[in-house]
Amino acid sequence: MIERLEELQQEALQQIEEAGDTKQLEQVRVKYLGKKGPITEVLRGMGQLSKEERPVVGQKGNEVREAIQERLEKKTKTLADEALKEKLEKETLDVTLPGRKVQRGAKHPLTSVVEEIEDIFIGMGFEVTEGPEVETDYYNFEAMNLPKDHPARDMQDSFYVSSDLLLRTQTSPVQARSMERHHGEGPVKIICPGKVYRRDDDDATHSHQFMQIEGLMVDENIRMSDLKGVLETFVKKYFGEEREIRLRPSYFPFTEPSAELDVSCGICAGEGCRICKHTGWIEVLGCGMVHPRVLEMSGFDPDVYSGFAFGMGVERFSLLKYGIDDIRHFYTNDMRFLKQFTRV
Amino acid sequence: MLISYKWLKDYVDIEDITPEEIADRLTTGGVEVDALYRRAEPIEGCVVGYVTEAEKHPDADNLNICQVDQGAETVQIICGADNVAAGQKVVVAKPGTVLPGGMEIKATEIRGQESNGMICSLQELGVEAKLVPKHVAEGIFVFDENPDTGSDAVKALGWDDTVMDLDITPNRADCLNILGVAYEVAAQLDRAVQLPVTSVKESEKSASAAVNVKIENGEDTPYYGARIAENIQVKPSPYWMQNRLMAAGIRPISNVVDITNYVLLEYGQPLHAFDFDAFGSDEVLVRRAFEDEEIQTLDGNKHHLSTEHLVVTNGTKPTALAGVMGGEHSEVSDQTTNILLEAALFHPSLIRQASKDTRIRSDASVRYERGLDTERVEQAADRAAHLFAEYAGASVLQGIEQEDHREPGGRWVRVSDRRINQLLGMELSGSEMVRILERLGFQTADKETSSIEVYIPSRRPDIHIEEDVAEEIARMHGYQDIPSTLPKGATTAGSLTAEQKRKRTVRRFLESAGLSEAVTYSLTTASSASRFTLYPEKYTMEVSMPMSEDRRVLRQSLIPQLLEGVSYNRNRQTKDIALFEMGSVFLSEEANAAVQPEERIMLAAVVSGRWESHLWQGETKNTDFYVMKGIAEGILEELHVESRASFTLAERSDMHPGRTADIQLDGTTVGYVGQIHPTTAGDWDIAETYALQVDLTSLLQAVETPVRYQTLPRFPSTTRDIAIVVDESVPAAEVKEVIESAGGSTLYSTSLFDVYQGENLTPGKKSLAFTLVYLDPERTLTDEEVSSAHDQVLRMLEEKTGAELRQ
Repeated sequence: MIERLEELQQEALQQIEEAGDTKQLEQVRVKYLGKKGPITEVLRGMGQLSKEERPVVGQKGNEVREAIQERLEKKTKTLADEALKEKLEKETLDVTLPGRKVQRGAKHPLTSVVEEIEDIFIGMGFEVTEGPEVETDYYNFEAMNLPKDHPARDMQDSFYVSSDLLLRTQTSPVQARSMERHHGEGPVKIICPGKVYRRDDDDATHSHQFMQIEGLMVDENIRMSDLKGVLETFVKKYFGEEREIRLRPSYFPFTEPSAELDVSCGICAGEGCRICKHTGWIEVLGCGMVHPRVLEMSGFDPDVYSGFAFGMGVERFSLLKYGIDDIRHFYTNDMRFLKQFTRV
Repeated sequence: MLISYKWLKDYVDIEDITPEEIADRLTTGGVEVDALYRRAEPIEGCVVGYVTEAEKHPDADNLNICQVDQGAETVQIICGADNVAAGQKVVVAKPGTVLPGGMEIKATEIRGQESNGMICSLQELGVEAKLVPKHVAEGIFVFDENPDTGSDAVKALGWDDTVMDLDITPNRADCLNILGVAYEVAAQLDRAVQLPVTSVKESEKSASAAVNVKIENGEDTPYYGARIAENIQVKPSPYWMQNRLMAAGIRPISNVVDITNYVLLEYGQPLHAFDFDAFGSDEVLVRRAFEDEEIQTLDGNKHHLSTEHLVVTNGTKPTALAGVMGGEHSEVSDQTTNILLEAALFHPSLIRQASKDTRIRSDASVRYERGLDTERVEQAADRAAHLFAEYAGASVLQGIEQEDHREPGGRWVRVSDRRINQLLGMELSGSEMVRILERLGFQTADKETSSIEVYIPSRRPDIHIEEDVAEEIARMHGYQDIPSTLPKGATTAGSLTAEQKRKRTVRRFLESAGLSEAVTYSLTTASSASRFTLYPEKYTMEVSMPMSEDRRVLRQSLIPQLLEGVSYNRNRQTKDIALFEMGSVFLSEEANAAVQPEERIMLAAVVSGRWESHLWQGETKNTDFYVMKGIAEGILEELHVESRASFTLAERSDMHPGRTADIQLDGTTVGYVGQIHPTTAGDWDIAETYALQVDLTSLLQAVETPVRYQTLPRFPSTTRDIAIVVDESVPAAEVKEVIESAGGSTLYSTSLFDVYQGENLTPGKKSLAFTLVYLDPERTLTDEEVSSAHDQVLRMLEEKTGAELRQ
């Protein structure tokens, strides 16, 4: 009987090997391992065997079954693998065809500059404050130490809406409003981004509407050297560590002393080129120590408090950052222009 | 302000210092040199020629045959100018010379006579026509001095010079004249200032005997002085003076006018010369103009004045609009022989007003507006008198007839060196400070412990307080020496406010949804300012003096200008457009309001063309209402208010009546979404476009503490689908609402998955299919419980919406 079983095993393994698909394989399984299969039949005749032989043959029978079963499973897997492989080959794509585009919009190049500057100053402990665009003459001018017949009002010809109201010509009024809210108690550390308006004809370098960011820090013992240090930190973060700054005396009615801040030219590294008009420096913002009159009018005691303020043109920062050549691009909303800033 | 380097040399010794260095010192010191340029480029082949003979061309009346000595040789030159004559020193361009305009001079023959060069006019040498002196405008230039024959013409003309264009800040009006700049340069270099010659030999007769000056109001006119110059000969001024005026951008006219302009540039003190005979009286009265009084200024224009203006009169009639421009009637002419020279101080704001009202901006008015050195008036008058005597043959009457109401111009300011160091963050000693102040020409006194008294001369009206002095010290010492420090106070934590953060979040959402941010103008036309507004009951606000009709009224809505953007892009072949804007609108409570309008932040978007496209797969999807609504829903979700919002069909002007929904938050309208009305789209010449506009200010205020974790369900849910048929007019939202209220507490979610109209349905009906999920977080629901809840839903649907269960 043992031989018979071994013979059957050989036969079955042979047929498994020859099976070409799962159907044939199933037939082999039924044929040899089914209840009516030859192995079962052989084992049924075990009754005639002796007590000693019975377990030996039984064990052999099980071994044969297991061997067949194992080979069946292996072959099934091989067949399945082959079928899958064939199927996947048929599914091959041209991977060089373009993918489905995920539509993305762009940050406006003014917004991206505002947010970047906001973040740098937030990192230095400043808060972001906003104010109205239609402002009173008082906040826009008088509280900024620009009384009615001050010649510097000429510098910023304004859009008045009534004798006392105008479209703000600068973000500086937010300084006065914020200081008032602090009721004479420092520190005040704010930056104020926003739209401002001046009676300029729109051309490549002028716009009747533009954006400014104003900064103000008022506390006890604020020095002009602090202004320089804070702005130097800012410039290096925004323009790059290798850039240098230079302060030049200037004039603003609301600061004294006042200064223009120049940054070393990033194109020529100070050598002189077209961008910096061959000076090696680019003027980027105006700043100074808050005028004692301004502190006083907004409720701060100039004998106790001092402070610095600065103001910068967002368009200018954006022009410099991205190499944009015409300020009007910011306001025409040409998709071909805007889409260039998707990755900003 | 244009400053000639050579002229500046008259007042401060800068022989050893280049113009570039001066410019650099001025700029770093705060007087910005905007541009630095050579007065003229060298012209190769242009020399001084001496005309030895000049005679008429035999064959052409208007030509002259000239023999011109050029130093090395004498050549024949044909000259077309009337004013050429033998004995003149002129500028000759030899053959081969290329003139500044690009013209190349060639030896040639003119009507049978050879011509070996050209005798030049100033225009031909590159002088702007508007600057060429009147008397040589029509002819060649003739030297009035005697430069060496054959020498370089550009040098002989005094054009080997450098001009600095100064950009003067409003506080530094003292630098609107050469003397002021000289003081600045002298302070930078620690050198002395050389003042001009003002001595004048006066005649016996006194000015006071010839004229009487009266001032109506000493506040309006703190000072008025008159000098009288008799027997004047009006003629061209000397060339050196003309040349300096041209360098400063002023056209030479005649000696009298040129001298007043020259002294104006030198001292910054405006002067006016009246023809004393035409003046009409021997009395000067300075007063406010009468209401509607008339004056004809010397530019030929008539002005109607008011009591806001100041006039110089002859006692009865105005002869000048004070500080702005003289009257035509008493203008100096070639026939003038006697002159009344005015040197006066007028109140800056009156001049400002007059200049504004008459729209005349003269060299005088610009300086008066900014304020003058009140102690320099007499010097300027004397200087002019000196020059009148020297260059116009005048006999100057003795003294100045004047009325004087001036306050002292200089002032003492007390400063503390400790406080100045504290303000600047520097450590300068008191004596260093004093040194700097002395360089500036400021006297110091009483240096007590840590306190310095500084006398600020009248030429610096900008310095009043300690901070002003601190700036002077800092800028003279050099801003570059201010150290960089960081503030010492307590550290503060900076951050965006919750609202500012949310605004950024909404921007990021819209960008990732495919919309690009736009920025448009707040000022727009009257007709579009309130179009598409959410607040039609509010009034608009407009600027009093608009620059154009396009920028007249403050917007109440962002949509019109975004549509402008759509149109702009379509005209440039971009048809797929998706823009959003976040910006303020301006809402007034009443017409012509004089109070600040309410400013609310709107968020608007416009989308047109394809929304999605995948070309080679042949899939494109055009923007439709639901695209735009999806964006609106996204915004609400970003702000965590979506569950409190609802959309209802709305009629709005300029919007498609069937495809526009108002967005309500807790029942209040906060915005809308929909299709732009096709007729309106036609106005902007754009295709099918969808828009949304929401009041972001309201939404930001409505935001509640976002995101609370909810326990995940531990028990299985049961899903039942339901398909019903209702009238097509029944809104899906209403059906959903009925389901939700009928479903009871175990109805976990309801979502619409199919909408159908057409075949197999009665016309006017539509089918809606929902998936309902039932769930109890505490236990597993039995089939019976679900069925009972579901049956209740069906009953209520039938009852409330007339729905039939679809078979």
